[in-house]
Amino acid sequence: MREINVDIITENIKEMCIEANHFLSDDMKAALNKAKKEEKSPLGCQILGQLQENLKIAGEEMIPICQDTGMAVIFMEIGQEVHFTGGSLEEAIHEGVRQGYVEGYLRKSVVKDPLIRENTKDNTPAIIHYYIKSGDRIKITVAPKGFGSENMSRVFMLKPADGEKGVKNAILQAVKDAGPNACPPMTVGVGIGGTFEKCALMAKHALTRKIGEHSHYEHIARMEKEVLEEINQTGIGPGGLGGTTTAFAVNIETYPTHIAGLPVAVNICCHVNRHVTRKI
Amino acid sequence: MNKNEADEKRIIQAPFGKEEIESLKSGDYIYLTGTIYTARDAAHKRLYESMLKGEKLPIEISGNVIYYLGPSPARPGQVIGSAGPTTSSRMDKYTPLMLDAGLNGMIGKGKRNQEVIDSIVKNGAVYMAAVGGAGALLSKCIKKSEVIAYEDLGTEAIRRLEVENLPVIVVIDKDGKNLYENVFESEK
Repeated sequence: MREINVDIITENIKEMCIEANHFLSDDMKAALNKAKKEEKSPLGCQILGQLQENLKIAGEEMIPICQDTGMAVIFMEIGQEVHFTGGSLEEAIHEGVRQGYVEGYLRKSVVKDPLIRENTKDNTPAIIHYYIKSGDRIKITVAPKGFGSENMSRVFMLKPADGEKGVKNAILQAVKDAGPNACPPMTVGVGIGGTFEKCALMAKHALTRKIGEHSHYEHIARMEKEVLEEINQTGIGPGGLGGTTTAFAVNIETYPTHIAGLPVAVNICCHVNRHVTRKI
Repeated sequence: MNKNEADEKRIIQAPFGKEEIESLKSGDYIYLTGTIYTARDAAHKRLYESMLKGEKLPIEISGNVIYYLGPSPARPGQVIGSAGPTTSSRMDKYTPLMLDAGLNGMIGKGKRNQEVIDSIVKNGAVYMAAVGGAGALLSKCIKKSEVIAYEDLGTEAIRRLEVENLPVIVVIDKDGKNLYENVFESEK
């Protein structure tokens, strides 16, 4: 049994919220640089140049990359040999978000009740997903999610007969409907299989995958590449103003499903695909 | 890219009148300098409800430009935090009434519904997009920011901004020509 004080969790999550909102991961930056070289539309190219400059200013002057610093989505992979001490783990996570957003000059974008809509003023609560794993380590991923792209995400309960073609059409449909609203170039997270909620969670988790990495399943990896190509042929382009760079990646996760179903979730992320991971 | 390359910046003074609107064409890349106001979801809802009740508004809508923005907080010494556009379509419900009241321009990102497009044409206004997710870059164009109404709304309060060379693209012009639609048409 390994004991971990929850204050360590709070401190890490606070730092990760601030880091994620000012610095993108190297793979995201590389994807942007590559797109800038390959984009065919001059206006698209100019916009990608603005995004590169934006990242530079964000990091150098500590101004958030985007004013929508998101709702804090947190994946907690916890080894079953870990014992938390010093208080409630869940409260420690929320406290980390609270400190990160208040002390880090991040925008408070959370309302307490979805209908009454009063701002909680500290961006809590976080959205937390727990996974119990073997071992005595913890892996924390903080992925602040903006709602311009979140609003354009979809779940499709397809029929098994719809097959691969149906899945591809669903992804393309979601991307086309999103268009300029989702701040392309997008990263497209897809969950196929499981149940209604399982596919949505897989789609969200798929957004945290490194750009350029593909599914371990050969047929899924092929599909990721094919759909990405089709998305980039839609012409939506950077900022939705036309061009050949509409998405950086299509990341698909799958899970076994029911004999009667083919659930598909498409979680779209804008070009500010933020995620920071730490192991403790 | 249209003929106005970055090295030959086309600067438009804000607020602007019908004459400038006449010259702004879908696809034009321009830079705004002058005074604009911020308002997003919650501020729109309040303005709209006040207008329906015939109450006096805290800002002059007529002849002005509204930027759909809820900035992140400014650090000490900064004018404003990250300051990019939010998705415009959430304002669609409120927009035709504001255009009827004389609103001349809107800055946001993303599509508008047909009712808004029709109202833009009817009232001779213009819809512009700033680059979504470039909030750090865009914040550098804001030289002054002052909350002037609905302070309790926090980031959603109405601010008066003094901007200098804020880069925007004309998406829907006064004739209803829509750059986003053309993107799809060119693909066919």
